[in-house]
Amino acid sequence: MEEFIEGWTARHGATRDQLLPLLHAVQEEAGYVQDAVVPVIARALNLSRADVHGVVTFYHDFRRTPAGRHVVKLCRAESCQARGGAAIEAAAAQRLGVAMGETRGDGAVSLEPVYCLGLCAVGPNALVDGRPMARIDAAALDRIAAEVAA
Amino acid sequence: MKIYVSRDMASVALGADDVAKAFADAGCEVIRTGSRGLFSIEPLVEMETADGRIGYGPVGPWDVAAVLDGSHPNRLGAVDQLSFFAGQQRFTFARCGVIDPVSLTDYAAQDGWKGLDAARTMTPQAVVDAVKVSGLRGRGGAGFPTGIKWQTVLDAPTGDKYIVCNADEGDSGTFADRMLMEGDPYCLIEGMAIAAHAVGGTQGYIYIRSEYPFAIYTMRLAIERSAHLIAPFTLEVREGAGAYVCGEETALLDSIEGKRGQVRAKPPLPALKGLFGQPTVINNVLSLAAVPFILAEGAEAYAAVGFGRSRGTMPVQLAGNVRYGGLYEIGFGITLGELVNDIGGGTASGRPVRAVQVGGPLGAYFPPSMFHLPFDYESFAAAGGLIGHAGITVFDDSVDMAHMARFAMEFCAAESCGKCTPCRIGSTRGVEIVDRIMAARPTPPSVMPAKAGISLPEGGAEEKGDPSVRWDDGVLGKALYSRSPARIDTSIDAQTTLLRNLCDTMKYGSLCALGGFTPYPVLSALDYFPEDFGASPSPNFAPLKEAAE
Ligand SMILES: Cc1cc2nc3c(=O)[nH]c(=O)nc-3n(C[C@H](O)[C@H](O)[C@H](O)COP(=O)(O)O)c2cc1C
Ligand code: SF4
Ligand code: FES
Repeated sequence: MEEFIEGWTARHGATRDQLLPLLHAVQEEAGYVQDAVVPVIARALNLSRADVHGVVTFYHDFRRTPAGRHVVKLCRAESCQARGGAAIEAAAAQRLGVAMGETRGDGAVSLEPVYCLGLCAVGPNALVDGRPMARIDAAALDRIAAEVAA
Repeated sequence: MKIYVSRDMASVALGADDVAKAFADAGCEVIRTGSRGLFSIEPLVEMETADGRIGYGPVGPWDVAAVLDGSHPNRLGAVDQLSFFAGQQRFTFARCGVIDPVSLTDYAAQDGWKGLDAARTMTPQAVVDAVKVSGLRGRGGAGFPTGIKWQTVLDAPTGDKYIVCNADEGDSGTFADRMLMEGDPYCLIEGMAIAAHAVGGTQGYIYIRSEYPFAIYTMRLAIERSAHLIAPFTLEVREGAGAYVCGEETALLDSIEGKRGQVRAKPPLPALKGLFGQPTVINNVLSLAAVPFILAEGAEAYAAVGFGRSRGTMPVQLAGNVRYGGLYEIGFGITLGELVNDIGGGTASGRPVRAVQVGGPLGAYFPPSMFHLPFDYESFAAAGGLIGHAGITVFDDSVDMAHMARFAMEFCAAESCGKCTPCRIGSTRGVEIVDRIMAARPTPPSVMPAKAGISLPEGGAEEKGDPSVRWDDGVLGKALYSRSPARIDTSIDAQTTLLRNLCDTMKYGSLCALGGFTPYPVLSALDYFPEDFGASPSPNFAPLKEAAE
């Protein structure tokens, strides 16, 4: 990871305002921002470890532990609730065998809350491994579960 | 054969990519556009014919042959003649859904860069004056006059000045920023370049929430392709990281600077001390994207439309349980009822409309008895609500308003930046109180399962992966019930009074609108739908008079 961070800052600069872009890049590369990498980032941008830790923990996007092999981000916000989102949330937890906000024991899938994807007229919506899916119903959950199992 | 298919994230979520591929496989020339903005006809394809573009929708990949020979039953004719589109006044969204979003040729052919060209022949002061005369107000929620904001930055001593576009669009029920960035990115770039000319800005940032991967991709591509047209002004996209509060302008600036997205106390205004301590224009996507029209067609043409002190058009977003959901750009003054019933067609479920939330998670819930309200900043403020970013979320009669009030508090607790106590702690107390009311009310009118009163799951390994455990049963859940209910008067009346007092504290004791406006959805739910909180409906209830900022 040290090499990756060095290369990245060489290309994009090592000013403080590069912290979020760098954290995104690290997470994209490694899947998460492991605690061990925090001092490396701090050194690279000339910040304190506490400072970097504070930023990592402030933003919902940054994970400090690896996600499942598949990530299902299900919208919990009002417009999706108005279209039956709460029932779909419960059904998704059941169907995927994992509680909202958790990664399944076998590491196959993480079910995560997201607050609005900007698809609010066609909910309930989800991002499945980054792919947007609209009008999620029982059949769609079956397809997602099959994808996760494959 | 030329075929147009949207590549908007909503269209793709409905299957537009498969449709586009099927037509390409059949030998058609497929052009990907933004979305027209009516999602009940998506995936939509439009076929180039001698009589203009003919639409078919919704269609699937299996419909290729029937579309190509014109026999498909979902033939719509010319899409812009459909009543949903014919009634609109598309000043900002004129090109969205029509052109290839990243084609410079298409953009220039459809009046693109006309506003910037006009601005460049004018002095900065004349550009600022034009924006003032147009009456344009900030579309991000607060409705502050854009021209006055620009004047402050223009008058600030020279040095590095920044143009920042707020594309954090976190409100549920809103998607206009996203649609514009995906469907007509050069329009936003042109608006920012005009702002830069007007105030002497040298560099611009577009802060886009990470939940919008398509918009981030499209904006980056469009910036790369148009860099030579806006030089020496430069633009850069910055990606958010899932914090709703970063939509608040000062939190957003801190986030760009690489810090925790915490709200700054004002003054100093960002216009004087904004990004990196420099004078900064920060505007919503729709505010900036309205500017090219104002410069190209004239400030008077923009100001001629509207209602009272709300001039011009608003891209209204119809969302939630609505039959014809989508984007409807129209002059201010149309009533809430016209939007929901006449244009939106009522609920998608076919059941009666019970409530609409206007303006996102910090906006009030209104019953149909308030549908006479004209869509206008002042009218909504006077009725105890706000239009915000103009998202309207429709709910049918199966909604449990106590549950929605609880959600408003829960959302505030999850997204609070932590700076002030009423917001950080009060929101958590608010969830508790609504839970007690829900536990004490006689017959829950709703179909949604309420969280079971005060029972806590036992911690431990077996808790992991159990789908019956809700995501907030962890540390937050335990914190919620740390105070023994045995010590509190848990009657509905006592708890309702407590909830109102708490809302009062949050309203007046919070630094920003996250803590300060969360009371709007809560109090409006309590006031308009008391029966969901275990009280008898009061026939002579008068809505709150408090204005929203
Ligand atoms: C909690 C909170 C969230 C906000 N979210 C957004 C947002 O997502 N987009 C936006 O443009 N403005 C948002 N605002 C309003 C901004 O603070 C600010 O008023 C706006 O960016 C100014 O631009 P405008 O004058 O063009 O509206 C938010 C405000 C608060 C308090
Ligand atoms: S009201 Fe909430 S979000 Fe706003 S500054 Fe205070 S703690 Fe932060
Ligand atoms: S509320 Fe779910 S996508 Fe907007």
